[in-house]
Amino acid sequence: MIELQSIHKSFHRGEAAEVRALNNINLQFKKGEFVIVLGANGSGKSTLLNVLSGTTLPDEGKITIDSTDITMLPEFRRSKWISRVFQNPLAGTVSELTILENFRLAAIRAHPKKLILGSTGRFRSLVRDKIAGLNLGLENKVEALMGTLSGGQRQALTLLMAVMDDAALLLLDEPAAALDPKTSVTIMQLAEKIIREHQLTAILVTHNLKDAAMYGSRIVLMSEGSITKDVLKNETSHPDAVSLFEWF
Amino acid sequence: MDFYSAALLQGLGYAAMGLGIYISLRIFNIPDITTDGSFTLGGVITAVLITSGLANGLVFTVAVTGGALAGLATGLIHMRLKVNPLLAGILVMTALYSVNLSIMGRSNLPLMNTPTIFDSLAFTSDPLINKWIIFLAITLLICGMLTWLLKTDYGIVMRATGNNEQMVRAAGSNTGTMKLAGLALANALTAMSGYLLVQYQGFADINMGIGIVISGLAAVMIGEALGHLFKTHKILYHVLLVVGGCILFRLILAFTLSLGLNPNYLKLVTALIVLFVLMVTRFKTSVR
Repeated sequence: MIELQSIHKSFHRGEAAEVRALNNINLQFKKGEFVIVLGANGSGKSTLLNVLSGTTLPDEGKITIDSTDITMLPEFRRSKWISRVFQNPLAGTVSELTILENFRLAAIRAHPKKLILGSTGRFRSLVRDKIAGLNLGLENKVEALMGTLSGGQRQALTLLMAVMDDAALLLLDEPAAALDPKTSVTIMQLAEKIIREHQLTAILVTHNLKDAAMYGSRIVLMSEGSITKDVLKNETSHPDAVSLFEWF
Repeated sequence: MDFYSAALLQGLGYAAMGLGIYISLRIFNIPDITTDGSFTLGGVITAVLITSGLANGLVFTVAVTGGALAGLATGLIHMRLKVNPLLAGILVMTALYSVNLSIMGRSNLPLMNTPTIFDSLAFTSDPLINKWIIFLAITLLICGMLTWLLKTDYGIVMRATGNNEQMVRAAGSNTGTMKLAGLALANALTAMSGYLLVQYQGFADINMGIGIVISGLAAVMIGEALGHLFKTHKILYHVLLVVGGCILFRLILAFTLSLGLNPNYLKLVTALIVLFVLMVTRFKTSVR
């Protein structure tokens, strides 16, 4: 279980332009939950993601993963538990490494980086099999440089890479927002499939109402740094895009 | 012919330094010019310790460690004190001038009749062929080890650090530590070149490192231009092409000197060659 207790975060503290990005946030994410964090620009949803990933440290409060306190851990130490997919489809991969090397990097996310040759034949066929599942025809290009692929292809691979090593939490920061409508749908469906198959605890931050209505098992609505709604999706309550728009 | 043979040997001697620049500039994307200082540091340590009669293996270890520490200093100034890496390099390089001078106690130290690596490792009775064997063996050894390192899990993280730091942190690595390791490795290699060349030329000089970073840069650029030609992204080829660049650069210099150029203009010619290579590579990339 992942727990946030009384998280506060302000920017430009003590100045006239002080922004209270997170104001007393209390949240619990159960194992296997797929949570959609919905909010307008400046609602604090990105800051919420950043305090979880460690890019930003909170001013107050406590964050725990399976009762380990990670509140003040630097970003690279939390990667042991947290896997991330960024909004920029190029941000989650390394252009100048091959596809195979990118996957190797992802496969040792939670492990020490040793002086061993890890890209063995066995690893290569594992990666090839995983990529073949995408049906993008990339399985025969594992030796190609990542930089030669399109944004959509790279984001699809980033999603696969996110589950190459164990993760207690998957953070998705509008992974499809920078892609064309068709690719965007493919990426979201792929994300949903990966989360379901690996029974991951996942948080998707978005301001896309359609995605929020279509995916996830719970919706958290944020506004001005606070949580204004927190709804479990089930047969009786399944908000559509129109009612989500009214919540906004 | 001897003239060109000497240029080739020098090229091999500078190969480690060229690879050092390749590591800092291309792998880590950090313009590090500690090089001028760490090259001389490696040379000065070598001259002082060899003339004092220390075993060559130990001399090597101390010289290379010295270079690594210089790189570490630049890295720490850059990262802990948030100084621009170029400036951090200049600071360390400048400071090293005094350090080198005080280690040597004078501005020039000949090795005289003390045995060098070329004497203690005698494979044949012909001293020139022996030099070739030793230079080639060492260069190939460095290339092999560097290629291996860059292909390991640790090496993949190193290469990713220069390209996408955000991703590397998200993939569980401390990019700061990685960069420190990279700068230490780069300058250890540079010091190794100093160690080799001092023994090759038979003396250490306080000014032996001036402008060395530029020749390393030229070697990396020439190697890259050739890499475009061969359209390869295999690390071994990149590494070998940097060595090729070092050799080619020395040959070009030797050629210009053989045309009867006043040696006073050597650094000017060096700068012009680098400028030319830069222009050619720019032109090539803009065409692509």
